[in-house]
Amino acid sequence: MSTIHVSVTVNGERREADVEPRLLLVHLLRDTFGLTGTHIGCDSSNCGACTVHVDGMSAKSCTMLAVQVDGREVRTIEGMADGAALHPLQQAFWDQHGLQCGFCTPGMIMQAAWLLEQNAAPSEGEIREGIAGNLCRCTGYVNIVKAIQQAADTLRAVDAPAEPATAG
Amino acid sequence: MIPPRFDYARPASLDEALQLLASREGEAKVLAGGFSLLPLMKYRLAQPGLLVDIGRVAGLDAIEEVDGELRIGARATHGAIAGHPLVAARYPLIREAAGGIGDPQIRNWGTIGGSCAHADPASDWPAVIQALRGSFVCRSLGRERVVAARGFFLDVFTTGIEPTEVLTQVRVPRPGPRSGGAYVKLERRTGDFATVGVAAQVQLGADGRIAEVGLGLTAVADAPFAAGDAEDALRGALPTAEKFREAGLAAARQARPTEDRHGPVDYKLTMVRVMTERALRLATERAQANG
Repeated sequence: MSTIHVSVTVNGERREADVEPRLLLVHLLRDTFGLTGTHIGCDSSNCGACTVHVDGMSAKSCTMLAVQVDGREVRTIEGMADGAALHPLQQAFWDQHGLQCGFCTPGMIMQAAWLLEQNAAPSEGEIREGIAGNLCRCTGYVNIVKAIQQAADTLRAVDAPAEPATAG
Repeated sequence: MIPPRFDYARPASLDEALQLLASREGEAKVLAGGFSLLPLMKYRLAQPGLLVDIGRVAGLDAIEEVDGELRIGARATHGAIAGHPLVAARYPLIREAAGGIGDPQIRNWGTIGGSCAHADPASDWPAVIQALRGSFVCRSLGRERVVAARGFFLDVFTTGIEPTEVLTQVRVPRPGPRSGGAYVKLERRTGDFATVGVAAQVQLGADGRIAEVGLGLTAVADAPFAAGDAEDALRGALPTAEKFREAGLAAARQARPTEDRHGPVDYKLTMVRVMTERALRLATERAQANG
């Protein structure tokens, strides 16, 4: 069996592996690197549970080969929290009950993170279009949308310089 | 699902890719984004012996205007096309179609060249490029040819591209003043492939009549096609509801849909009529506003 050597930066850390060309990115992450936070749902690029970022762009990792990401940067749900401190999106999904079973959640959060990088203040409609490639089969989407709105507010407050106090 | 075994090569240049295609003629396939090809391989509908990954070949994703036409590098993603300022300013039909393909993740990685070479009858680009009377640049070792989009799509997953060629560029003539386009698509769920899609590009004359029109139909034949009879009925006419109805009927007569989970044949033919009328109405409104 011929293998190809790949070197991938995953959540800031360089990882290496010898892989068969047909190995999918999602299997590289889960089986080779042990990062099982990325889920396999439909395995046919419909459901979005396997969404990760590749070079900053959200991607369905069930429809990408591991060899395609050689030399690239991958970010997964495991790269979101800062130690024990949840990422604002993770905190918002908690606060707003943006999940029930949690199966779609890693993909939802990674897609929402990409969306907020493109558009820091999305409307409800823009959020719904932004997660159109991610399916949730239990909560419906109302609380997921609320969670993304909350995270957008939090992230904007963090990024914005403190407003100068107005006189009077 | 794990795809069947294949050899993999990631050439650094287009010539290297073309050499690989020539040396393994017939069993090699080009891999760009992979969002069309990999699902086919998972289902064993395609079993190439060699994948030639052009993901790192430089110069295949440029979007620029040259000699009065838009030239889109084959590896430009749907998302990059939808978000490109030049496309937004002068090619609204392209922008509308690009922004409606699949979902955001697919638009981040799926490419226009991959989609056109793949030629799924329900994919959006083929009808749009035909409505705009665009063309494709196909390169093989030492040879480059420009092929009209009309006539390029032959059958399900089948185009006029040779096994030793790479589709490198999509070209679309720049629409003039008093022109407008629309791509309307009937989909059961957001992000689905179209049940019926209609691309219309209308060019009005100074007298308000239809000087030229392009109509491309998605998902209602083995290959997306230009509805030539409907175009003939419209050319030179005033853009009236009655004329659009006539065009819708002509388009439906040219359509050859098959029954599937999206619906029976007579339903689809009715939808061809309805969506053709809608696309023409919208394109004409936009053309009138684009004086």
